[in-house]
Amino acid sequence: MTTTTQATRTAAPRPLEETLPRHMNGPASPGWWGMVMLIATEAMLFAALVASYFFLRFQSGPVWPPGGIPKPTLELPLIMSVILWSSSVPVHLGEKAIKRGDVGKLKLYLALGFVLGAVFLGMQLGIEYPEKLAEFTPTTNVYGSLFFTLTGFHGLHVAGGLMINLWTQMRAWQGAFDEHRHVTVQNFTMYWHFVDAVWIAVLSTIYLSPNI
Amino acid sequence: MATAVAPQQGGLFARPTAKTGWWSWMTTVDHKKIGILYGVTAFFFFIVGGVEALLIRAQLATPNGEVLSPAVYNQLFTMHGLTMIFFVVIPMGTALMNFLLPLMIGARDVAFPRLNAFSYWVFLSAGLFMYSAFLLGGAPDGGWFGYAPLSLDPVTDGMTYYSLGLQIAGIASLAGAINFIVTIINMRAPGMTLMRMPVFVWMTLITSFLLLFAVPVIGVALWELMFDRLFGANFFDPAAGADPLLWQHLFWLFGHPEVYIMILPAMGIVSEVLPAFSRKPLFGYPAIVFSGAAIAFMGWGVWAHHMFAAGLGPVANSAFALSTMFIAVPTGVKIFNWIGTIWGGSVRLTTPFLFSAGFVSMFIIGGLSGVTHSIVPHDAQQTDTYYVVGHLHYVLFGGSIFGLFSGIYYWWPKVFGRLLSEKIGKFHFLLMLVGFNLTFMPFHILGLLGMPRRQYYFPANRGFEVWNLLASIGAFTIAVSILVFLYNVAVSRKKGEAAGADPWDARTLEWMTTSPPPEHNFDAIPVVRHRDDFWYRKYITTPEGESARVFAGGAASDEEQHSSEAASDEPPSSSAEGASDREPNTAGAAPPESSSEERPHAGASAEEQGHGIHLPSPSYFPLLTAAGMPVIGYGFIYSPILLAAGAVMLLVGAFGWVLEPPAEEA
Repeated sequence: MTTTTQATRTAAPRPLEETLPRHMNGPASPGWWGMVMLIATEAMLFAALVASYFFLRFQSGPVWPPGGIPKPTLELPLIMSVILWSSSVPVHLGEKAIKRGDVGKLKLYLALGFVLGAVFLGMQLGIEYPEKLAEFTPTTNVYGSLFFTLTGFHGLHVAGGLMINLWTQMRAWQGAFDEHRHVTVQNFTMYWHFVDAVWIAVLSTIYLSPNI
Repeated sequence: MATAVAPQQGGLFARPTAKTGWWSWMTTVDHKKIGILYGVTAFFFFIVGGVEALLIRAQLATPNGEVLSPAVYNQLFTMHGLTMIFFVVIPMGTALMNFLLPLMIGARDVAFPRLNAFSYWVFLSAGLFMYSAFLLGGAPDGGWFGYAPLSLDPVTDGMTYYSLGLQIAGIASLAGAINFIVTIINMRAPGMTLMRMPVFVWMTLITSFLLLFAVPVIGVALWELMFDRLFGANFFDPAAGADPLLWQHLFWLFGHPEVYIMILPAMGIVSEVLPAFSRKPLFGYPAIVFSGAAIAFMGWGVWAHHMFAAGLGPVANSAFALSTMFIAVPTGVKIFNWIGTIWGGSVRLTTPFLFSAGFVSMFIIGGLSGVTHSIVPHDAQQTDTYYVVGHLHYVLFGGSIFGLFSGIYYWWPKVFGRLLSEKIGKFHFLLMLVGFNLTFMPFHILGLLGMPRRQYYFPANRGFEVWNLLASIGAFTIAVSILVFLYNVAVSRKKGEAAGADPWDARTLEWMTTSPPPEHNFDAIPVVRHRDDFWYRKYITTPEGESARVFAGGAASDEEQHSSEAASDEPPSSSAEGASDREPNTAGAAPPESSSEERPHAGASAEEQGHGIHLPSPSYFPLLTAAGMPVIGYGFIYSPILLAAGAVMLLVGAFGWVLEPPAEEA
């Protein structure tokens, strides 16, 4: 196949095709839309979880959380929130850097974003969950199930975002990105902002709403 | 093409290269092959689900039937529903979408070819996983909508298989939905604006969006069910402060959009078939498109009409009754549009047309009985009776299945290059129509007489006997009609009339290319100037207002006409590709009659003559990644070792997926 292909090519060069871009960024790229749709369906997932929470809460009776579980305290989750949300800043700066073609800055900002995300996840698993598990578990009652499912689901998404971050970092080291080619960075950025934004819903549902 | 796109960096694994044989099907990323795989698999499940239905009807043919034990009966009606919904109607629609969507919008493939293969393999593994439960202690037996707390019954693992199997199937649906949406957004041919797209493409888009938003809702419900069953969580247990009604809300919030996920593709098919055989443009194209979208939006606001008997209170019931009545309006708009399409046309009563007409008429009956459900007091009488079962079969069998068969007969020549026999096809249609009505019309009467659904027997002397017997005779009539269809397939595969590119004198782009289409679909990407573009390439309107063929010669010379049309019509911007393609096209394009003999080679031979069209390479990893999912499922039920093994398969598959080189070695 190759010989005939090459013969045809040398016989009839196609200058127009040579000038066409091989890589698309943003909405011109299928991958970008794929990420948009993934985020749309993920948002629905969290909406259904939040809906489950409030449905069960309002069917459950006057005392919430039930079964003598204390209301969630706010100090730790708010500190965690600030850390998580602040991680969106370097990630955003990283995307801006690669649009200028600055791979070095991209690597740096990706690493910063990774550290902040990892600190959040570490605080959730290392500090918050042991404290909560001392008070109640997923099997204690409906509140326990809801608390660990909703926060756990979000934690899984943070972990997934961290893995995509590492993947993007690796591709950056391989030299896969420049000012013309960076849809992977855009997709990661979009996903990470989503993970941060959906935490607003989780925070409001799990931690703020019982305290109102 | 390896010369055009040099492999970027060394991947770990070479990509498979088989173009024929088993491996070519296992590793294919060609949307046409995947479409055929989807179709064959869905039809296999159709047979399985049909046999389950026949066993049920055998049990219920006479009072106090003794064919099945109660436990087996429960498993069979549950699996019948699950099979027909998740493994027949949805994937059969996906099969047609897969094959046709890129052809209809003038693309070479879908946006994510490997994800497309992944979607198929996940769907297949979900089906096999679900059915393996029969061998491993008992299939799901809590009804297809698996109400809690019945679904929490710990006697068998059946409902655990239900929760895990449907989650796996949901991943397949989501992957497919994302793929189709992005394909439609990004990969339309030049000039193919949204309002020029065929209605089937529109319905694919709308269905995909419904899946995108509906699947996560049932995903959450199934996840909660799984947690309750496996890990002792408390989402549905009132003793722990929870509420089983949560399941009903989540399930039907998914379940009602799901109804439209099943019917909208069939509506799209009918909207393609009726104009083609009425020789008229679709009547009110925008109205059909927008009423489809309206149905999809309103479908999110009617779920509680499945729960009128659950005690939501009069305010909620009234609100959902009203929204349910309203949703009949856009549906009615479509019905009138289809009638308007046929009206005054020169109708050809072919098999696809008959099935479409069957769809419209049977769907009207099913739609009207659906409107009766919106009346709350009426619904309270019908809930959990055979009236509901009759209604849902009129919309899903009389609707979706008739529509899908219409599509199968219509596009069969495009897929396989040979026409199905019209004579046998019409016999199939007649038998199926009679059998269908004989089966499901008595259900309405049984329901009004008070026969509850899901009972493994019915007692004598309640007036149920004759209607049940009629229904059972009808069910076996349908079975015979399916055998007739299979006979048609067997005969036509060998002796069927060669189709040519455009056997129906149709309107849409897929008929421009050969039957079956070459691997690269179109030698030159068509430039679209009209809705029903292919029709306008073939016909002009004379000053007298008549349609006339652009070229002398009959339908037999379509292929030639297409290439010469492309030569004269293409604007300079796209002629670069067209110019290099033209020579092999005229030199190598076999006459359509002979191309059907050597289907797999049609694409290859064109490529060998120097098209140099870049096509995605096959891959092992969609299959490997997908195969990890049921292993994880078994792991949840039986052992952490399996869980780890499945996770390893998934990870290896995912890493191989991203690390394999972009094109096969030259």
